[in-house]
Amino acid sequence: MSDPTTLGIADALRLLADGEISAVELTRAHIERMEAGRALNAFITETPDLALAQAKESDTRRTRGEEGRLDGIPLGIKDLFCTEGVQTSAASAILKGFVPPYESTVTANLKAAGTVMLGKLNLDEFAMGSANVTSHFGPVENPWKRRSDKNAKLVPGGSSGGSAAAVASGLCMGATGTDTGGSIRQPASFCGIVGIKPTYGRCSRFGVVAFASSLDQPGPMARSVEDCALLLGAMAGHDSKDSTSAPMAVPDFTKALGGSVKGLKVGIPTEYRPDGLNAEVAAIWDRGVEWLKEAGAEPVSISLPATRYALPAYYIIAPAECSSNLARYDGVRFGLRVEGATLDDLYRETRAAGFGAEVRRRILIGTYVLSAGYYDAYYNKAQKVRRLIADDFARAFQNVDVILTPTAPSAAFGIGEKSDDPVTMWLNDIFTIPASLAGLPGLSLPAGLNQDGLPLGLQLIGRPFDEETVFRVAAAMEKAADFTAKPDLFAAGGA
Amino acid sequence: MSLDRTTVRAIANLARIAVPDEDLDHLAGELSNILTFVEDLSSADTDGIEPMSSVAAMSLPMRDDVVTDGGYADKVLANAPGGATEGFFTVPKVVE
Repeated sequence: MSDPTTLGIADALRLLADGEISAVELTRAHIERMEAGRALNAFITETPDLALAQAKESDTRRTRGEEGRLDGIPLGIKDLFCTEGVQTSAASAILKGFVPPYESTVTANLKAAGTVMLGKLNLDEFAMGSANVTSHFGPVENPWKRRSDKNAKLVPGGSSGGSAAAVASGLCMGATGTDTGGSIRQPASFCGIVGIKPTYGRCSRFGVVAFASSLDQPGPMARSVEDCALLLGAMAGHDSKDSTSAPMAVPDFTKALGGSVKGLKVGIPTEYRPDGLNAEVAAIWDRGVEWLKEAGAEPVSISLPATRYALPAYYIIAPAECSSNLARYDGVRFGLRVEGATLDDLYRETRAAGFGAEVRRRILIGTYVLSAGYYDAYYNKAQKVRRLIADDFARAFQNVDVILTPTAPSAAFGIGEKSDDPVTMWLNDIFTIPASLAGLPGLSLPAGLNQDGLPLGLQLIGRPFDEETVFRVAAAMEKAADFTAKPDLFAAGGA
Repeated sequence: MSLDRTTVRAIANLARIAVPDEDLDHLAGELSNILTFVEDLSSADTDGIEPMSSVAAMSLPMRDDVVTDGGYADKVLANAPGGATEGFFTVPKVVE
């Protein structure tokens, strides 16, 4: 049998069912790989003992015919999901030593499906970043290398950078991510994997460390569209512990795969092709349109005129919600505490020591835009613009079934680049933020390599709760793209 | 929009984050840049548009007003920095 760490989830499930591999064997192979790939810094916490114990239980369940639908599949969990008894850091110093006494609903659902947890994956601090360089535990390295410079260390994207790097290099079969403005899709694009941010409300946010509650949404990251469909099916579902989780049945997303896209109308937004768009990104987008045409779909030019306001609106709304959510880190009940003479001193010193530069910046901006006298000019205005953006999409979806755009304005860049000015870094999410503001499902899939050998992704945006059409179109594009390239680390079978 | 040192100090105080004096100028510059960046919003015509606070097109679900959780003070206190004291989180003295 081939190296188990190169298998897809669907293939592994077949081998497990046929008794050709055990969950323990599959898990052990991934633990070895996780250890070999430590140079990437993808994991904050490795849990090999827990993983092997879970794998043994999985094998027992399977012998008894009691297996769950993903039984024995080793996954990585973004360290933003609370996991009972396993440190959860949000990649921040302020959660130092925090061991949750409860489990997030998404990871509980995955456990119930029989999955094995290999460990907790690195991310930008509190999921705030687009390059995984703001983590208290250091940057994550992208397993892909430039052909022109094999020594340059590239970012995996962010904030789910550990998830993307680990999946791309075979350290785990799939991973959870979370996406507030592009944190699943952009790293998926940078690392040549598939990731979907489902419709807001599809997955429960209970137990996910909050960043911007009206935008945060968990989703899966894996090496194929099918694997993402399998994972999302297990992660999603209504949860009474999250009042924004949708009381809707979860379809079998895998049934949408392989369906014809003939006659489907695919919106191509003119506003996503600004002057100066990277030529290779534009070319791969054109190629994506051609693939869909060849499969019988019909491209339709659409206009989303409020797009130019998406980034500024996001950078008011997200910091505002962040400043409110992160008020809970006060040094009193969990995490870091720096003693002070007064309670206020304790708060101030704890938060000064515990938050990194980007998080501090966003808390301050959020505090400012919510402060008396500025609320209407900033926050209220941004909320109005948010509706304009959502209305644009609603109007477009009267005429099209799905929208195709680039995922990110560039391929992966070097660690340390774009770090001088926060706004330059934020521009990474220019194509993913609008769908976040509108709460729509967005999937990124690898479409090809640029001249320098780095993956470029394309994004499919769907109607609310119509992940099925997104998956159907993604599967057709995946077939046409035939993206078989692998990062050096994956191909070499070791770090 | 440009923020000065005094404003940054006031915001940091509202956010309960100690900011050393030597950081104030740098932060004022960064925050001012961000505010300039978001100023583009003022050119958007939003007359008569309702602010959108949630994309979830649903009303908040109601449930019976009964206790559904609790009874595990030890678990709640387990992460208290420096440990809990006799079943309490501890803070510096706040009442003279």
